[in-house]
Parts: sequence; C-alpha cells; structure tokens
Amino acid sequence: MVRVTNPDETATIDVPRQVPPLVLIAGPEAVLAERALAQVIADVKVSSPEVEVLHQYTESYEPGAIAVATSPSLFGEETLLVVHDLDEAPEAMQTDLLEYLGAPEPDVTLVVMHKSGNRGKKVLDTLKKGKALRLGAPAMKSDRDKTDFATNEFRRLRRKATAGAVAALVQAVGKDPRELASACQQLVDDTTGVIDDEVVMRYHGGKVEATGFQVAEAAIAGQADEALRLWRHAAALGESPVPILAVLALQLRQLAKVGAAGRGRSADVARALKMAPWQVDKARRALQGWDGGGIGRSIQAVAQADFEVKGGGLGAGGRREPAYVLERCILEIVAERESAGRR
Amino acid sequence: MSVWDDVVGQEEVVATLQHAVADPTAMTHAWLFTGPPGSGRSTAARAFAAALLCPQGGCGRCRECHTAIEGTHADVELVRTETVIIPVDSARDLVQLAGRRPSVGRFRIIVIEDADRLNESSGNALLKALEEPTSHTVWMLCAPSLEDVLITIRSRTRHVRLRTPSVSAVAELLVRRDGIAPEMAAHAARAAQSHIGLARRFARDDGARIRRHDAVTLTTRIRGVGDAVDAAADLVQIAEEERDAALVERHAEEKAKLLEMLGADPAARTQPVAVRSQISALEKEQKKRATRYLRDVVDRSLTDLMSVYRDALMVREEAGVPLVNEDARGTVTQLAQVFTAAGLLGCMDAIGTARARIEANVPPLLALEAMAISLQMPR
Repeated sequence: MVRVTNPDETATIDVPRQVPPLVLIAGPEAVLAERALAQVIADVKVSSPEVEVLHQYTESYEPGAIAVATSPSLFGEETLLVVHDLDEAPEAMQTDLLEYLGAPEPDVTLVVMHKSGNRGKKVLDTLKKGKALRLGAPAMKSDRDKTDFATNEFRRLRRKATAGAVAALVQAVGKDPRELASACQQLVDDTTGVIDDEVVMRYHGGKVEATGFQVAEAAIAGQADEALRLWRHAAALGESPVPILAVLALQLRQLAKVGAAGRGRSADVARALKMAPWQVDKARRALQGWDGGGIGRSIQAVAQADFEVKGGGLGAGGRREPAYVLERCILEIVAERESAGRR
Repeated sequence: MSVWDDVVGQEEVVATLQHAVADPTAMTHAWLFTGPPGSGRSTAARAFAAALLCPQGGCGRCRECHTAIEGTHADVELVRTETVIIPVDSARDLVQLAGRRPSVGRFRIIVIEDADRLNESSGNALLKALEEPTSHTVWMLCAPSLEDVLITIRSRTRHVRLRTPSVSAVAELLVRRDGIAPEMAAHAARAAQSHIGLARRFARDDGARIRRHDAVTLTTRIRGVGDAVDAAADLVQIAEEERDAALVERHAEEKAKLLEMLGADPAARTQPVAVRSQISALEKEQKKRATRYLRDVVDRSLTDLMSVYRDALMVREEAGVPLVNEDARGTVTQLAQVFTAAGLLGCMDAIGTARARIEANVPPLLALEAMAISLQMPR
C-alpha cells in the first residue's frame, strides 16, 4: 500500500480500496503523482476489472471532450477519466469540468491532476466541496524526503534494504526523484537478498552528485581533498566552473561581512547585513580558523580565477583549461586558511 | 564659422582631414579615428563627413553640413550600439548599404561610432567591404585605441589619432556651445578629465556630480576586508542608481509607446500572445542595454577613483600640477599622507586590473571587491 500525504492535514493516510467517484492528485512531484495515479487505477480495477481508462491532456483538448468521455455507455461499462495538468488547462476544459461536476455520472471515476499554482482554482474548490479524495505529491527537497521516498520504494517492491543502503543511494542519485525511483527498481530487479550499502556501492560506487555549494563549503572549510573530489564529480557531470566561482565569491563575501560585524546576536547581525540568521550562524562557524587578510586574498583569488575562466588575460589563440583554473583557486583558498591558522 | 569648431584641441587632426577634403589624392575610403573616451572621436568623424559633403568643404552653415552633423543626412549612416556588441547581422546590413550609390551627395558615408564593439564575426563581415568599397563609399570607424579593433580592420583603414584635449579647451567649448558659466565649466572639465560629454553632464546635472563625489571619497573609509566589501557594494549601488536615473523612465516610455503602437491595452493584466512576444523582445533589448550601461558607469567611476590616486601621487611628490579632484582635496591629502608612492601606484594598478576584469565579464561586484581589498588604508 502506498502511503501518501494529504496536502491539507499533512497526516499520512492509506489509500482505501474503495475509490470515491472524485479524486484529486495535487502536488508538483511527477513521480509521486504518477505513483498515486497508478495506485488509484489499480484500486478501481479491484472492484471493477473491466473499467475503461481514458486520459485527457491539456494541449490536445477539444471543447466538449469531457462530456463525450463521461456520457453513459450503451453497455453500461464503468469509466475512469484522468484529466492531466489542470494547472495548464484552457478555459474550455475548465468550463467542461465544472459542468460535469455539477451533474456527475454514477459509473464514472474522475481523477484530476494538478501540479501547482492558481490556475483552475474554481475546479479545485468544486472538487473539494464534492468531497473528492485528495492525494498529495509534494516536492521532494530535503535528503530526508528522498530517504523516505527510497525507503517506500523498496517497501513497495517488497524488498529489504538497510538504512545505510538507502542513504548511500540518495547520495549517489538523489538529484532527480525519477532517477532515484529507477535506481531502486534496478537494484530490486538485478540483485537478490537484502540490499545493503555494499550492493549500492557495487552499482553506484564513488558516484556523488555534488553541487557548487558543497564544493565551496569544503574549500572554505579548508578540506582541499574533499573540495577537489566534489569538483571533479561535478565536472564529470558537466558542471561549469563559473557558477561554482560565483558561490565561492558569495560565501567569502558573507564571511567578510559577518567577520567585520563583530559580536552581537545573530538575529541583529542578520538584520543589519540583510542576511538570514542561519546564514550568519553558518558564516560564524566557517569563520573559525580564518582571518581578515586571508579572506581578502581568497576573494582576490576568486576574482582572478573568474577572469581567467572567462578567457581574460590571454592573447589571441590562447587557451586555458577552466577546470584547472578552479582547482588552483580552491588550493589557494585552502592555503590561505592554513596560513591564517598558523598566524 | 566652420564644421570644425566643435572639434576642440585637435589641431593636427583637423589639418589632416581638411587636407583630405581639399585634395582628392590625399583622400582614402576607410578611416579609423582613435582617441581616449570623450576626446571627440565621433564629433571629428561627423565633422569630416559634413566637410566631405559640403560644397564649400565644411562651411558649417549649409544644409549639408547641418544634416551631416545632426545625423539626418540621407547619405550619412551613423552606427552606434547601446548593447555590449554590434551583432553580425547589423554588420551585414552595413555591407549592403555600402554597395549603394549616394542619393544626393558626393559620398555615401558610414560612421561606426563604436567600432570597438565589433566582435570577431561582425568585424570579419565588414572586411571585404572595407577593403574595396565602391568608389563613392567612405567608412569612418571610431574606437578608443588601435588595440580595440581587429588587426585585419586596422590594416584596411587609415589611422587618425586624437589626443586628450586640454582642460581649458574643453571648458571653453562648454562656455561657447552650451552657455555654461566659466567657473562651473572649468570645474566640470577638470573633474571629467577632459571627457567632453562627461564634462557637460557634470556641469548640468547636480546628481551626477554628487554621485562622483561619493565614489571618490569612499576610498579613505577602507580599513579592513569588511569595509572593502562594503565599499564595493556601495560603488555598485551608486552605479545602479545612476543607471536607473538614466534608463528606468526611458524604458517605461518605450514600453508604453510599443503598447500604443500595437493597439494593446496597457492596463490589461495579461496581454495577448502576439503582444507578449513583442514586449519580451523589447525587454530583452532593454536588459542588454542596462547591462552595458551599468558597466560603463562602473568603468567611469573607476577612472574617477584612479584620478584620486593620481592626485595623491602628485601631492606626495609635490609635482605642482593642478589637481583633477580639487573639490576632494581632503581625501587626496589624506591618501598622500598614509600611502607611500609605491603604495599609490599599487592602488592604481589594482584599479586597472578591476577594469580589465569587468571588461572580460567578471561580475562587477566581485571585481570591485578584489580591487577594494587592495585599496585598504595602511595601519
């Protein structure tokens, strides 16, 4: 059974086998929405195996098509109509939906999918008033969401996976939920027994999805090996040095500002510097082991690297490998931190 | 009176150009005007165009002279971009234009006022037409220096070098042409370091003068890395204010005019698709223009900053030459006291580096931060 989140009550409920005639699947995460839809269809098929499943998409919508799809069939078959992307629906589709909701057919199950935004609000409100079953597909942002998702995937596929395995998998392919889902599927299909971190390492060993922020944080924390390792991973995935340099500049700038702001409550400092309090706290932690001069020279190193990455300071026909410019910049920053620590 | 009146402080150049107008054997079909910003490159080119088209060789009174200088003459095409580059498509249009006979005058003249904005592809598109134009076409390209244009363009043009006009010549022009009080004209010409257009702005616009003063005096505040980062943020903010003062109103006006032209309702919350695409095209263009404007303003304030350190060096070495920043003498003296001569030169170096970096697309804030860190006052 799929556990899904009700968007209004944020409590988890279980999808009942008995599907009500109106269903709303709301939320931006496509994978979760698809899962919920598949579950609804499967649940309907339990009670009525002969159900005819129809899909309506916004781009190809012809006015009146909903009435056609929902009108009673001569043979008294049941119909399940899925309306995709209500949030992009043209006017005609919304009017047709409202019309149907005014007089629903007994043998029809209507499933409406809505990603986000205000479009189609009237339909949403009518659905809610009509006591539609609401299933959520909330965006997966934090690692915890992703871990929960992967855990659920393994449970759904009826396989045991250790907590370590799930964590390793999220670290390796956690960027895109869809990729995470297919990675889970692949591990279940290709292996036997309990999935532990060793199995995950065999399939996704050493693959880490690094972001510019992680690279910058490691460099500023003085971890040269870690920063270079993350950068190489990011480079292998096609990341350019330019955004990473921008993040480095941003973080060093925050260090300089917070360092100059002196003591005082972080909330006050945050207000004075127009930063978020957590940014101030983080900058204060990162400031340990730095001094003003080192931060200054690091900012200058970043500026020079940005100049070089963009091809500055070269004559015609000159070429420089941007990846190495960034690596040298990371090493310079780490060296500045080390020499600041010795002073 | 003659068309050459507004070309100030460039006696040799004027003589060369007058000779070319008078003597067909001294004339050629492609000219490259170089000189520091504000030295009057495009003014010189327009005056030359007027002189070539005028029956009396540049009387300054006839219709040909007036329209050529104003840029409305049918045979004079003035090309100027407000974005970062001149795209290759515009260059190709110019090549087409260069192939046509003049409609009323002796020559068809194409003046590219910022040839330094030609990039590799648009520059290359011009080469053929520059080398062998039809017999009635004259090209005039303007750029700050020879290094700013492709070497292949350089070799196809005759070079005319303008020098920085003297402060007194610029002040005299402001008094004569714009009716500005002599005292203000002298002050503005000095503050603008003989940049003619800028001097006129300073003389007429109090806001511009105040912004300049703010930028110039923030140097002595920098005592630590935190101050340096703040100073860089201030410089960018001053530049943004200046940009907004110049562009926001104009952009809103352009949009209103476009909506009117398309017959769209300006109050509508969402516009029809066709109108939306036109608006987004305009907004894209405006955004490019704003980027270029911000960079220009930052570059100018860096020139101003440079002049402060130059003044400080003059004071320190007791050179006895007039100061550019007479109105900020306090700042200048303070800098001269705390820095060594080598230190001042180092500061000027850092400013030059920042300019080069911004030129190469480094975000202005980052380049200015790196610069301000080098400008810290010694303890």
